Amino acid sequence: MMLEKPASVLEIRDLSVSVGTDEGEARILDNVGLSLMPGSIHGIVGESGCGKSTLIRSILGILPKRGRATHGSIMLGERNLLSLPADALQKDVRGRAIGFIPQDPFQALNPVFRVGTQLLENVRTPGDSKATREAKRAHVISLLKAVQLPDAEHALDRYPHQFSGGQRQRLLIAAALAAAPGIILADEPTTALDVTTQLQILKLLRGLAIERDLSMLFVTHDFGVVAQLCDTVTVMYAGQTVESGPVAQVLKAPFHPYTQMLLACHPERAEELAGIPGAVPSPLRPPTGCRFSPRCPHARAECTAGQPPRVAPQPGHAVRCVLHLDEAAA
Amino acid sequence: MSTSGAALLEIEDLVTEFGGGKAFLGKPQRIVRAVDGVSVQLKPGQALGLVGESGCGKTTIAKTALGLVREKSGTMRLDGRVVSGLAPKDARKARATIQYVHQDPGAALDPWWSIGHALDEALRIHGVSDKGERTTRIDEMLHAVGLDPSFRTRYPHELSGGQQRRVGLARILVLQPRIVILDEPTSGLDLSVQATVLGVIDELRRRLGLTYLFVSHDLSVVERMCEEVAIMYLGRIVETGPTKQIFAKPQHPYTRALLAAAPRLEPGSLNDTPALPGDPPSPTNLVSGCTFRPRCAFAAPKCAEARPPLLSVGEKHRAACVRLDEIGAPTPA
Ligand SMILES: Nc1ncnc2c1ncn2[C@@H]1O[C@H](COP(=O)(O)OP(=O)(O)OP(=O)(O)O)[C@@H](O)[C@H]1O
Ligand SMILES: Nc1ncnc2c1ncn2[C@@H]1O[C@H](COP(=O)(O)OP(=O)(O)OP(=O)(O)O)[C@@H](O)[C@H]1O
Ligand code: SF4
Ligand code: SF4
Ligand SMILES: [Mg+2]
Ligand SMILES: [Mg+2]
Repeated sequence: MMLEKPASVLEIRDLSVSVGTDEGEARILDNVGLSLMPGSIHGIVGESGCGKSTLIRSILGILPKRGRATHGSIMLGERNLLSLPADALQKDVRGRAIGFIPQDPFQALNPVFRVGTQLLENVRTPGDSKATREAKRAHVISLLKAVQLPDAEHALDRYPHQFSGGQRQRLLIAAALAAAPGIILADEPTTALDVTTQLQILKLLRGLAIERDLSMLFVTHDFGVVAQLCDTVTVMYAGQTVESGPVAQVLKAPFHPYTQMLLACHPERAEELAGIPGAVPSPLRPPTGCRFSPRCPHARAECTAGQPPRVAPQPGHAVRCVLHLDEAAA
Repeated sequence: MSTSGAALLEIEDLVTEFGGGKAFLGKPQRIVRAVDGVSVQLKPGQALGLVGESGCGKTTIAKTALGLVREKSGTMRLDGRVVSGLAPKDARKARATIQYVHQDPGAALDPWWSIGHALDEALRIHGVSDKGERTTRIDEMLHAVGLDPSFRTRYPHELSGGQQRRVGLARILVLQPRIVILDEPTSGLDLSVQATVLGVIDELRRRLGLTYLFVSHDLSVVERMCEEVAIMYLGRIVETGPTKQIFAKPQHPYTRALLAAAPRLEPGSLNDTPALPGDPPSPTNLVSGCTFRPRCAFAAPKCAEARPPLLSVGEKHRAACVRLDEIGAPTPA
């Protein structure tokens, strides 16, 4: 039976990004694919340097210096963001259709200016781009209430250091919501917070997603946070997407050897404390084919012949690994 | 390994304050009592976990123990010898066997110095004048943290986060400390690198008999690494004891909220976990009685009377809450 697949709000296909370095061209994203479904929260995990932030920045159209997308597409509805001119990206996409929550609430705000000065300057109101300062102010205060910031009326007159880490993260979430975007990209927004504050923020994001019908991409190192917050997850390794699927399935029965070995390192699961043997390859000289092959205990000749195709052994749960080639769901 | 017997480090009723002096233009600064009457004991070979909300005073305890920040009151004994109440310079000298691994390993390394140079300098400052001895010790320590001697010539930016942390450990270990304070040693690391770093920390403890004070936000890491744990809220220890017992049966309402908030590998727990309401109050403006009162689901008038003392609630297990008898068994975390 053919079921009509619901349309995704953001669809990344075969995205490759290279940066020029003094030692040559480094392909830091290699054939990355990802679908963000309406109203869902999708996690992105993978080791440090695997390309998570680059992926987020590619969607926002801010690639590293000397970086360029060499292949693929990023579809926002009918539009390919990769072929959109810079001014259209700036006018319609960044901070408008797509909101962004940065990683570090302690560094994202300038300590010398009042919070109001910073938020009002960058904030976009939905629709009317020539809103008066007063209208903007009222709009921002309503957002600060939506993110449950205490004493929202006076918050704009205060300085960043007068807020706790959790409160600063709420300010940044409010800023990301300002233009009523349909999509939020969050790059490790809770890494600097303790677990009780983190839980408050995750609940807030979950609530906003439901209330405002938001879809969200959520980058994190923490599989526990993925378990708490996300519906679906993509696992990346060395610039490649290796596995994606519903969180419960990926955590319980991961297909890809990298996901399996990474999860086995979790303090809740590890028998002895040791990382995955070997090191992440340099993006300048990556192994051909499956980039995990030098560290994979199951590696064989065909793994390095080319990148394994993406197959879905279960509906919605896909993997790129030769061990699963025959298991594609009918 | 034995963790019984006399304490190696004994901290009693420690108070550390910031501010209070005159600011630049004469307005007196408000006093922040960052550590408010904390007592901990470290036995040789032990790893004690220190956990609590951001800003509750964990790093301040570490800096006071090191002698980098001066205690306002309280006693510190190292090997039975009193090392508190000294002038800052003397305090640091008396506590030289305590070393600190910085929260951010990259920031702690000078970008212009090769790894070998940084380690050599640490030893030289520490009074090891013989060049040959410095070289031997550096090789030993690089080996101990699992780095090849070729890392001597590398620079910090050429290392991964995990390698930087190993260098940070090596830099402390060349000084042959007995007590190492680890401040968030795994934050920002992925699971594989984290496991490697934890494995190194654990092995060094077994091989060199090191004693650790282990500061972390990550409860699954603390559960794994520390046999005892102290839970802090706003400058005070609110619960302490064997990690297994506290994780299984947390008593203090803050500990219960903390453990419930900790991410686990169980999907979809968000809706069932109540979040702690509100924010931690500013430490310059504390309420009377139990400082957790404004956020506690069990608060009652008698909680406002006095700071609750740490009372025994089981074998080596103590908690600071006046309503433990009334609030019932903890809900399973
Ligand atoms: N301008 C650049 N020039 C060369 N290499 C770069 C540049 N920017 C990023 N890289 C490399 O691209 C890779 C991906 O980096 P990215 O920041 O996307 O990783 P990440 O997954 O977000 O890591 P983290 O978890 O540490 O934030 C890394 O190996 C990085 O060193
Ligand atoms: N030099 C200082 N001057 C004034 N106040 C300070 C100073 N250092 C720390 N504080 C305050 O003392 C309190 C305890 O800070 P500390 O850094 O010890 O917390 P922490 O538990 O280590 O937090 P985190 O988990 O965020 O690292 C905080 O309220 C902090 O703002
Ligand atoms: S494709 Fe081959 S090398 Fe890559 S994960 Fe699968 S078995 Fe291992
Ligand atoms: S003493 Fe009272 S306010 Fe404090 S934790 Fe116990 S019940 Fe809550
Ligand atoms: Mg990143
Ligand atoms: Mg700290």
